[in-house]
Amino acid sequence: MPLPTGDTIGILADNLRLRRSVLPIPTESAIRWTRGLDLPRGGERVLYTGLMYQLIPYIEELVKAESRLAESWLSGFTGIGRQVNKLVNVSGFMAHPTREQLETYDRIPRNVALLLKRAGVAFGALYEDDLYSGALAYDLGADETLREHAQKVYATLKRHGVKEAVTIDPHTTNMLRSVYPTLIEDYDLEVRNYLEVLSGLDLAPSRQLEGDVAIHDSCVFARYEGVLHEPRQLLEGLGLTLREPLHAGTMTWCCGGPVESLFPEKAAEQAGRRVTELNAVAERGVTMCPLCYVNLQKAANGRMRFDDISDYLIRGYEP
Amino acid sequence: MAVARPAFIDEVRQSEQFNASACMNCGVCTAICPMGLEHLPREIFRYVVLGMEDEVLKEQETVFSCLLCKLCEENCPAGVHIAENVRSLRHYFDRKAFRI
Repeated sequence: MPLPTGDTIGILADNLRLRRSVLPIPTESAIRWTRGLDLPRGGERVLYTGLMYQLIPYIEELVKAESRLAESWLSGFTGIGRQVNKLVNVSGFMAHPTREQLETYDRIPRNVALLLKRAGVAFGALYEDDLYSGALAYDLGADETLREHAQKVYATLKRHGVKEAVTIDPHTTNMLRSVYPTLIEDYDLEVRNYLEVLSGLDLAPSRQLEGDVAIHDSCVFARYEGVLHEPRQLLEGLGLTLREPLHAGTMTWCCGGPVESLFPEKAAEQAGRRVTELNAVAERGVTMCPLCYVNLQKAANGRMRFDDISDYLIRGYEP
Repeated sequence: MAVARPAFIDEVRQSEQFNASACMNCGVCTAICPMGLEHLPREIFRYVVLGMEDEVLKEQETVFSCLLCKLCEENCPAGVHIAENVRSLRHYFDRKAFRI
């Protein structure tokens, strides 16, 4: 039995309003990926993570804790939990990811930063001011909270002199590029995803990779943002043979991730169906979104292996 | 007996993007939905258009089970903005039922 929908949305929206993220995480976890990269603070172009990858270990642990809570007598008290959460960050007490989980999701923004450096792209980072975009609040219809948060994000970007944000995941790309302009007057931020940036640079790979890989298009990239040929061009440029599942490109099937916060069982069922489709064409899969990655990896349960696209790109394009 | 409240659609509609009335009930969305949602979008959209608020309020789980993946929208022959319409319904639930 899932937790009450209204209380769950209420807690997520309260967190965004009070703590600038649907699931607040320690600053150290938000910025650990920047260690040793020597990235300037701010500037006209920044690599903007929107915390999406850094949040995943905490979301994984929170979903586990929610599942335990839903099965306990405490599930009848989520309304009280929401009131307490307004004063104390309750979700912060519930999620304790392991070092291994944290390292996995720090690696991906690091990969992207190294790839951009290798490509000669100049960029900075916003460190603790790299804020969550509000994508989940948008999906759940918490529009007033989102509108207020979007203004905070935009003001922060402006304060740092940012003119262009290079994004990593599809959800942050969609929010900053397509949703924010509908919420903020005179919005003038240029937004490109790193796959778009790299694919436009005619990079020569430093080594060739071999093998078949099933490509899992993110719904948001494929149907909201039109990012389809860029990942294919980059992966095929490395020598990989891309295998397209039954539902691919603009007909791609979702990983189930968008309903994870409210209905984890439904999310897992959809992820399982998608893994079966992908596994029918290859034993390895490539994802471009942290939600797809975590959901499909979990549903595969050893049936097949998934890697983020940046893990392939870093192997092929790094010296 | 179902009660119809004509002003209901205006409470759900948030923007010019909301176009539930463009749905012609062809059923492509239902056939293609990876989640197998039977009532969403077309049946619930019809309730909205007809002002049947009570029927919509019974469909809370369905409205929040949509992935917003836009596979249905991509294939909708009537150009219904399905994802935005579902988001509008969620916003309505947030305000009306959850007091957010």
